[in-house]
Amino acid sequence: MAMRAKKRFSLFSIVNYSLFGLFTLLCVFPFYYLFINTISNNDLSSRGLIWFYPEGIHFQNYLRAFSVPGLKTAAFVSVSRTVIGTFLTVAVSAFLGYVFTRNEMWGRRFWYRFLILTMYFNAGIIPWFITMKNLGLMNSFLAYIIPGIVVPFNVVLVKTFIESTPIALQESAQIDGAGYFTIFYKIVVPLITPILATLSIFTAVGQWNSFTDTLFLINDSKLFTLQFILYRYLNEANALADMMKNSSTGIDISLMPTPMTIQTTVTMIVVAPILLVYPFFQRFFVKGIMIGAVKG
Amino acid sequence: MQADSATLHPTAAKSKRLRKPTKHGRYQLFFMASPFLILAFLFSYLPLYGWIYAFYDYRPALGIAHSPYVGFKWFTTMVSNEVQRAEVVRVLRNTFGMNLLGLMTSVVPVIFAIFLVEIKSTWYKKMVQILTTLPNFVSWVLVYSFVFMMFSTQTGFVNGVLMDLGWISEPINFLASDSHIWIKMTLLGLWKGLGWGAILYIAAIAGIDQELYEAARVDGAGRFRLMWHVTVPGLMPTYFVLLLLSIAGFISAGFEQFYVFQNAVNAHDIEVLDLYVYNIGIANSSFSYSTAVSILKSLVSVFLLFIANRLSKMVRGESII
Repeated sequence: MAMRAKKRFSLFSIVNYSLFGLFTLLCVFPFYYLFINTISNNDLSSRGLIWFYPEGIHFQNYLRAFSVPGLKTAAFVSVSRTVIGTFLTVAVSAFLGYVFTRNEMWGRRFWYRFLILTMYFNAGIIPWFITMKNLGLMNSFLAYIIPGIVVPFNVVLVKTFIESTPIALQESAQIDGAGYFTIFYKIVVPLITPILATLSIFTAVGQWNSFTDTLFLINDSKLFTLQFILYRYLNEANALADMMKNSSTGIDISLMPTPMTIQTTVTMIVVAPILLVYPFFQRFFVKGIMIGAVKG
Repeated sequence: MQADSATLHPTAAKSKRLRKPTKHGRYQLFFMASPFLILAFLFSYLPLYGWIYAFYDYRPALGIAHSPYVGFKWFTTMVSNEVQRAEVVRVLRNTFGMNLLGLMTSVVPVIFAIFLVEIKSTWYKKMVQILTTLPNFVSWVLVYSFVFMMFSTQTGFVNGVLMDLGWISEPINFLASDSHIWIKMTLLGLWKGLGWGAILYIAAIAGIDQELYEAARVDGAGRFRLMWHVTVPGLMPTYFVLLLLSIAGFISAGFEQFYVFQNAVNAHDIEVLDLYVYNIGIANSSFSYSTAVSILKSLVSVFLLFIANRLSKMVRGESII
């Protein structure tokens, strides 16, 4: 008896798989395209001849990138703000979240509302800019850190999370004579590490990607971030070209840096941390939006 | 230990908070939190004081005390001065135009999610999800760099391929052109946000009662009928909440994107409210006038928030604030 074989792939499936494949390719290709251009023969890439695969592979562009003026300092600034900023923001979010779970805090409801309300209004760019100036945060590294320390949304997330953990743990510690800070540090923090991990990832990505604070508040080139100098390099191709010509006479043309190779290489350096971290923390990213949604 | 304390103090497990708060504890907690409450005050409430700049002819060199008071001059010039009125209208048109296009594309993540769950192969689905979410985590400066390189007239991949195929004879200058700039910006926003935006809907689809599908299937519904009559209604609540939230943030969206993509050629059509305020305020130093514009902007956005909240209460019986 001949059984009709079930069709394995319907027309719908084929179209569906292909369309998703196409869009996925569209999302990934720019990353790939820039990368193969940074490791290819510079002469070919600057004539726009590297499309799908690298040719004449070399890593000179990356080795030479750090002689590009300003790049090392900017990398240091970006890494510093990401590490320090993330640590402080997450620590303060955790602490405030904890404090606001304690009913006995003086004026708890009022201060909680005081904090939450700031999510719903915004004085506007200019008043904010003048305030920052008056507070002495122009051209200061602190401008990257201090304004972002208190994030009401994070506080809400941590508070909700702590409220879902058993209070008995805190009580038993209190009976043993622990103070608020000890309870926070020894009991609460270990319980809420999942949410702290998620917050850390989001804060770190935000810090790394941050661009507008440099634009508004920083004129001092020693405090420029990688994002900011990348933006400048993209718009000042000619200056870049002159700069590189002086520093690279007598090099083989296939290795000679061009404005384009510098721009693509710096782009890859700026995007690299995100790409390196992303595969490992992808589940945190997804978790992050889910938590946000529950509160949303 | 934990179990012991719970059994010794049976009420402890029930009461959400600690009993017997000491007076000392009340203030100690407040003082521990106060440095951060001060920060919230400094960076969120104090700037509101800066709104008075809109009623002065503020000169940074003179300081606010010596700058002349001008009352509502800046607000009235916005309407009565023909040049400025035209500018404000243009900027508002850009803001609303691009945001409306953004709202229209807000259904695309829903469609993306509905069709993605039709993919049976788990690894393929996962791969699509992971890779399409990636662009959400790069900054607009990086997106600008990608576009810059991909669409460059001399070396760019897109022009290269199109010329090679003979579809175009002259390279297209994607960035330095004013045509379809709203659509280009919307498509870039979609490229960056689509995978990320779909995550919530994929989760929502997983939460739809499977029996609804069974019942519909028994009634003879095919794939598309299941989508339309079960999945789509199941996603409506999520879609609606997200839509309302986006209405509240309508007017302030996208400064960074438009800033990095603006240039002399497209400025006329890309300048949204925030960008306009920045361009006249910080770049041109007319602090007072731009503060007046941003006050109006803030008022409109609070108004939009209230409308969204009202709508939400009406339709869902629940507020979003």
